[in-house]
Amino acid sequence: MAEDVLKSGNLPENPERATLEGRNKFMGFWFFLGGETVLFASLFGTYLALRNSTVDGPTGQEIFGLGLVFLMTVILLTSSLTSVYAMYHMKNNDFKKMQLWLGITVLLGFAFLGLEIYEFVHYVNDYGFGFTTSAFSTAFYSLVGFHGAHVAFGLVWIISLMIRNHKRGLNLYNAPKFYIASLYWHFIDVVWVFIFTVVYLMGKVG
Amino acid sequence: MADNTNSAQTQKKQFYKKKHREQMKHQVITFAMMIAFTMLAFGLVMAEVDAMFTIPIILVLAAVQVLFQLYYFMHMAEEGHEWPAAMIYSGVFAAVLTILALTIIVWW
Repeated sequence: MAEDVLKSGNLPENPERATLEGRNKFMGFWFFLGGETVLFASLFGTYLALRNSTVDGPTGQEIFGLGLVFLMTVILLTSSLTSVYAMYHMKNNDFKKMQLWLGITVLLGFAFLGLEIYEFVHYVNDYGFGFTTSAFSTAFYSLVGFHGAHVAFGLVWIISLMIRNHKRGLNLYNAPKFYIASLYWHFIDVVWVFIFTVVYLMGKVG
Repeated sequence: MADNTNSAQTQKKQFYKKKHREQMKHQVITFAMMIAFTMLAFGLVMAEVDAMFTIPIILVLAAVQVLFQLYYFMHMAEEGHEWPAAMIYSGVFAAVLTILALTIIVWW
C-alpha cells in the first residue's frame, strides 16, 4: 500500500526537496540569494567609496564600539547554529524540537535587533551622527540598516511559519518552507560577517 | 513480508539518523571555528597590529567564515547542490565586479 507521504510521519530523506514544488522553491531561493549578493555588494561598494567622506561629522573610528559589535556577532552566529539545529530535527521528523529551536533562533534574532537599535540611537543622540550628517553616515546607515531590515523580515517570516503550522505538524508541504526560511537566516549571517569585518573592524583600523 | 519491510524501514531510519548526527558534528565544529576566527579578527584589531597586516588577514578570515557557512550551515557540501553553487558563485562574480567598479572610480 502506498504511503500518504503528505501526512504520514514517514518523511523521505530530504523532505525539502521531495516534491516538485519543494525543488522549485529550493532552486528559486538560491537564485534569489545570488541576486541578494549583488544587491549587498552595491551597498558595500558605496560604503567603501564613501567611508572617508565624513565632512565635519564623526568618523567611524571615533564612534564604533567593538565590544557591542562583538556581542552582536556572537548572538547572530549562535542564532545561525540554532537554526541548523532546527533543520536537524526537521530531517529527523521531530516537529516539536524543530519549533523549539526555531523559537530560540527568533529570540536571538530579537536580541540582535534590539542591540542594533540601541547602537543607532546611541550614535544619533550622543554623537549627532544622523542619516544626513555626511556621505559616510548615509552609506553606513543604508548598508547596516538594510541588513537590520533583513533580520526584521526574517523574524516575521519565521514567526509566521511557526504560528501557521503549529497544529499541522511537519509534512512535505511545509518542510520546504521551513528549510528556505532557515537558508535565508544563514544568508543574513553571511552578510553580517562582511559587515563586521569591512565596516566595524576596518573602520576601527582606519 | 510485512515484518521485512518494517525492519528495512527501521534500518533505513537508523542509517539516516546516524548520518544526520555526523552532519551535526561537522556543523558544531564549523561553529567553533567560526567563533575562533571571529575572536582572532577582533583580537587583531583590538591589539592594534599594523593596518597593512591586519586588513588582508581579517578579509581572508571573513571569506573563510562565509565558505564554512555556505558549505556546512547551508548544506552546499551535500549532494544535489550544483545549481545552488552556480547561482551563488554567479552572484559573487557580479558582486566582486560591482565592488571593484565602485571603489576604483573613487581611488583613481
